[in-house]
Parts: sequence; C-alpha cells; structure tokens
Amino acid sequence: MTLTSPQPAAATVPAGPSGFSGPTAPVTAAAKIFNHPRNAWYVAAWDHEVTGKQPLARTVAGVPLALWRNAEGRAVALADACWHRLAPLSQGKILGNELQCPYHGLRYNATGRCTAMPAQETINPSAVVPSYPVVERYRYVWVWVGDPDLADPTTVPDMHQMDDPSWAGDGETIHADCNYQLVLDNLMDLTHEEFVHSSSIGQDELSEAEFDVTHEGDTVTVTRWMRDIDAPPFWLKNMRDKFPDFEGKVDRWQIITFQAPGTICIDVGVAKAGTGAPEGDRSQGVNGFVMNTITPETDRTCHYFWAFMRNYCLDSQTITTQLRQAVHGVFGEDEDMLRAQQRAIDANPGHEFYSLNIDAGGMWVRRILERMLAAEGRPSAAPAPGAGV
Amino acid sequence: MAVQTRSHWQQARVVETEDVADGVRRIVLEVAHPEHAAPGTHLDVDLPTPSGRQLRSYSIVRSEQDGRRLTLSVQLSPASRGGSKAMHALTVGDELTVSGPVQSFPLSVGASRYVLVAGGIGVTALVAMATALCRRGADYELVLVGRSRRFMAYLDELRAEHGDRVRVHVDDEGTPLSVPELVGEVAAAPTTTELYMCGPIRLMDAIRSSWAEHALPETNLRFETFGSSGRFEAEEFRVRLPQFDRDVVVAPDTSILDALTAAGIDTLSDCRKGECGLCLAKVVDVDGTIDHRDVFLSRSQKQRCANLCLCVSRAVATDTSDRATVTLHLT
Repeated sequence: MTLTSPQPAAATVPAGPSGFSGPTAPVTAAAKIFNHPRNAWYVAAWDHEVTGKQPLARTVAGVPLALWRNAEGRAVALADACWHRLAPLSQGKILGNELQCPYHGLRYNATGRCTAMPAQETINPSAVVPSYPVVERYRYVWVWVGDPDLADPTTVPDMHQMDDPSWAGDGETIHADCNYQLVLDNLMDLTHEEFVHSSSIGQDELSEAEFDVTHEGDTVTVTRWMRDIDAPPFWLKNMRDKFPDFEGKVDRWQIITFQAPGTICIDVGVAKAGTGAPEGDRSQGVNGFVMNTITPETDRTCHYFWAFMRNYCLDSQTITTQLRQAVHGVFGEDEDMLRAQQRAIDANPGHEFYSLNIDAGGMWVRRILERMLAAEGRPSAAPAPGAGV
Repeated sequence: MAVQTRSHWQQARVVETEDVADGVRRIVLEVAHPEHAAPGTHLDVDLPTPSGRQLRSYSIVRSEQDGRRLTLSVQLSPASRGGSKAMHALTVGDELTVSGPVQSFPLSVGASRYVLVAGGIGVTALVAMATALCRRGADYELVLVGRSRRFMAYLDELRAEHGDRVRVHVDDEGTPLSVPELVGEVAAAPTTTELYMCGPIRLMDAIRSSWAEHALPETNLRFETFGSSGRFEAEEFRVRLPQFDRDVVVAPDTSILDALTAAGIDTLSDCRKGECGLCLAKVVDVDGTIDHRDVFLSRSQKQRCANLCLCVSRAVATDTSDRATVTLHLT
C-alpha cells in the first residue's frame, strides 16, 4: 500500500492513422474523451432486465448486444446482428433455448451457433454470431466484450452489499450523456457535493476536511472524515430512522473505493460525534454503501448503474423507497452537470484539462485505466470522431 | 472478435519458411496492418498462379506480436489447383496480398468439454484453439490423425505443449482412429462436449454420420472445410450446358466455377468452399459419378443428386468411359 500525491499521468496519443505504437510524448495530464478497456467485466443490465420473454438491446463498451435468457434461465449476450444480413437480433423472438432473427428466421443458441436456416436441409458450418462471456452476480448481468480467453469470473468487482442479507436497498440506471470517465471523476471526488448537492448532502466541511488517497493494484481509495459537524438533511433523516430522538453533532465519513475499470463503492455514514466511529465503532451511527458501476456505451455516453444499500432497518421497504428517491434526486443533479460538462468539452476543443489537488483519486483511476489500455495496445484518448478505429 | 466474412486486403512479407513435415511448409508472414487473430481464423491469400490470380484460404496456425507475425502451413497437394505450388515456391522477402484474419470457425466459450479432431493438414486450424483451451484451463482433448507420422506437422510440438491431452492415431502404425469409438466416448460422457474438426471430407463425413447416429446435438459439432477433398481423387471431366450450347472441360486442378468463369460464363458464388449454396446448379444428367464435396446439401439431397455446388463438386468417370460428363442447368 502506498500513500502518495498524484503525479501528472503520462497520457499518450496515437502515433498516426495506422494506430498506437507505444508511448510517445506526453501531451496532457488528462485525456478528455477517455478510451475504455475491453478486457474487463462491465455491467450490461440489472438481472431483472434480462428475461426469457423479449431480448434487450444494449451497447456495452461500443459493442451492440442482444441480451436474453434461455429456457434454462441462463443470461446470454449475443452480438446484436444476425450472421446473414446483420438484422438486429434484439428485435427477434426468444424460442426456448434459441433466439430467432426477426428478418429471415435464422435461429441461434446460447453459444451463438446458428441452429436453423430457412429453405435448406443443412446449416452452414460458418454461421455463428459472437456470444460474449456472461456472469450473473450481485443482481447484475456482467459481460466481457474483450478477448474471451481472458474472461476470469473471479475478477468481477466486489459489490457484495448488493445481495448480502445484512444489507438492504435498491437503485436505478442513469443513461448519462458523457464519457464514462467523467462519472468516475465525479465519484472519486465528493467535494462537488458542496456545490452540486447543497440542499441534501452538501456542506462546507466537505471542502475543508483533509482527505487521504491510497492505491494498490487496480484499486484506489479516497478517505475523508469530518468530525463534530452538523448532519446535512439527508443524514439527519437517516439518523432519526435509527435513533428517533437524535439531536446534536455527528462524525461523518466517506470512504470511496474504485475497482477497475468502472466500479466505485462508497462507504458513507454518520455517527453521534465522539462515539468512536473513526476508530471503528460505528454502533452509534448509520451506514450506507453507494454502489456505482459505470459501463461505457459510446465514447460520449455511458450506463450508470447505482444503488444505495444500508445495514440498518433492513425490513423497511419505506426506507428503501425513500432512500432510492433521495439518491435519485441527488444523482439527477450530477446527471445534469455531467451532460453540461460534456457539452462544454465538445464546444471547446482547443482547451485542455487542468488538475486540482482534489483530483488525486480520479487521476489514479486514470493511471490504472491507462495501464489497462496500454496492455491492450490502445491509447488512453479515444480516437477523434471519424478517425476510424 | 467479430465473426467476419470479409476483410481488408493488405501486403504481407514472407519472413520465414521451413518444412515441418513431408510436403508441409511453414510460412511466416509479417503483415502491414496487424490485428488480433483469434483461434479459428484464416487468411485469404490472393495468389498469382499459372492459371491466373486465385483466392486461397489458409488457417492461421499462430499469431504473434499482436497479429503482426502470422504463421500458415501449407501442404503441397498433388492435385493442386496451383495454390499450394505457389505457396511452396515462396521465399523469404517475397511479398503477397492477403486479407486480415477472417473468422468462420470460432471457438466457443464455456463448453464443459472440448474434443479437437485434426486429420492431416487440418491440424493447422486447431493448433491455436488447443493453445487457447490450455490457457483457459478448459477440459479438452486433441486427437491427431494421419496416414503416416512423417506427414504430420506439429506433432512433437503439440505433444510437448499438451502432454496427455494429445491422442495420436497413425494409419501406417496400425493405430488408426476408430470414429465410432471416439464419438461413442463423447456420447457416453456425462457432460456436454463440443467437437471441433478439420480434415479430409471422408473423416469429417464419418464423424458427422456417427454424431447423427448417437443423436448428439448437431450444433455441438463444429467443423471447417475448404472444400478441397472428396471421396475420389480429382480428375478431368466435362460440363455440358445446353442452355448456352457450350461444353467446358474442368481440369483436375480447377473447379467448375473457375472453369465456367474462365469460359466467360457468368455465375454467382460466395463462400467458394461448399457451404453457402449460392452457386447451386441443377444436374440434368450424369455420365459418371458426382463427388459432391460440399456441406450445403444434406446426405439425402446428395443421393438424389438433383443439384451440385459449382465451387467444390466434381465428377469422376465410371469404368466404361475415360471421362465423366455432367449436364448442368445454371440459374
């Protein structure tokens, strides 16, 4: 484990139209439109979105997928284009263990192998569509669109609070109109709460408190404690759910953990001030986990899956609903800001990003992503539109 | 990763050649525009041959340096249509035009067990698959079948890489493959097995029949064919086309499709390996025996013999005549 302040990341640019040819001169500390690794597990959908009734069309890391569930209940991710004339399979029909193309009725099994062709007695041995590795875990359907030989199910990021019986909660999906890295930046530095979320979770102490950044392997952790402060409205409500008569000051924490390439789980909470929460005794407080996992869709859009899980009042559906609605409101403010930021980035192509001290967490995230991209032989900056891939 | 059926053309340079078995030459190319070559991919090569430019497909045995260095291996065929002769004539420094990696034989993910069956030079399609399965930690078996050890490329290399997972059957050593036994093992296994095969059409036909007899799922039998082998040796035959009032002779080293094209007769075709059925023609009459060589028509359709595939089907003479004649009607 190392504890450091961030160095400017040595971002690189493509060597030329023929592609990436290794590190060249650093141009900027931070690519504005960040490429996404392909050799990684990404959440494609909530488990309940993938059914045996109707396929779901969703693009993951630039790859259009037809997601469906076969008669055995297994979630399947096929390329969303029929082998024959590329009609979208997501508009087709699920017939037991097969997905039927809506155009000429070719059928495919879970491995992507064609099982039926019209007007002939045999099946062309070449007729296959790509079937991508799928893992169902933590209420999500995870898909690997990179080299299938590298798809190791043990490397799915840990989001166990999602279906651990000692936690309760729910979430939603935001279709965010911005590069996925902007969402990661947003979540790795919560100073913005003071300005974007002033009516719910923001407070002056956020930008006044010290924070620690650590990184190890493919994870980054940002820890911030605010001691002996007033609880902001969101947290005062939560404290009173557990301690109905609560009055007074709290110790508040935010422990942000990034797991490559797009998962950020934030351990958040408040406890009665001075009752030992920073030292490990959280019994006099309320604890939540903001579970976020971001899936790039295109270079300028992403699927932002989030949930708020708590470890108190587990039986209360009312609290689950209230928390989901509260976070929905908070994240709606982020969504607006991220969309506006992406528009401003695109409207100001001659301007670069500069960094502040608060960006340490986000900059270590970029460093890890750059390393993953380099291992795939790809640059960190997404190619300009029209430049080809 | 995508299953591609067409790709860009590019220049490639020969950087190594080496004989790896009797009549089998390993050719290493460096391509101008490298891309990832997944197991099961092949290269289309645009070859200048004595009878004009011809398109040939060769499996990518190994892909190194992120697809910059691609290894092919080519068997010199006595009935070569010119392709293997031209490939064997290549020397280091020669340039040729090739496609990017074309995928028509993808290795699936997640089967409980894999059996790879290589007959002769068909091993070239399976080397990279075996390596991928080994790296994945999958349950697999590699079955290598040959007439004689000296014709079997990569034998020692594969045994070193895959150890006990390799099973070798050699005709002239009295250890030929028993297809019923092999498929019987697959049928008796408690887990679902996918069988991948590449080799002579007779071997593949035997496995397909046995597979059907055991009522194993057709989709778990994967194969690739380049349409270059049949039940009979290739020989010259005549094609009569009453609709054009034309007779065309098909030499042993060409196909009906290429012979018709050379004769200025317009035909449709796509895969050129007996898979898609686009070049299907009506058989009006046959003096001799049709050697279908395709995988488009079913067994009963081949028996009825109402159609053939121009790209791979041939005819051979019966004892009473010196040359077969097929009368066709083109669509």
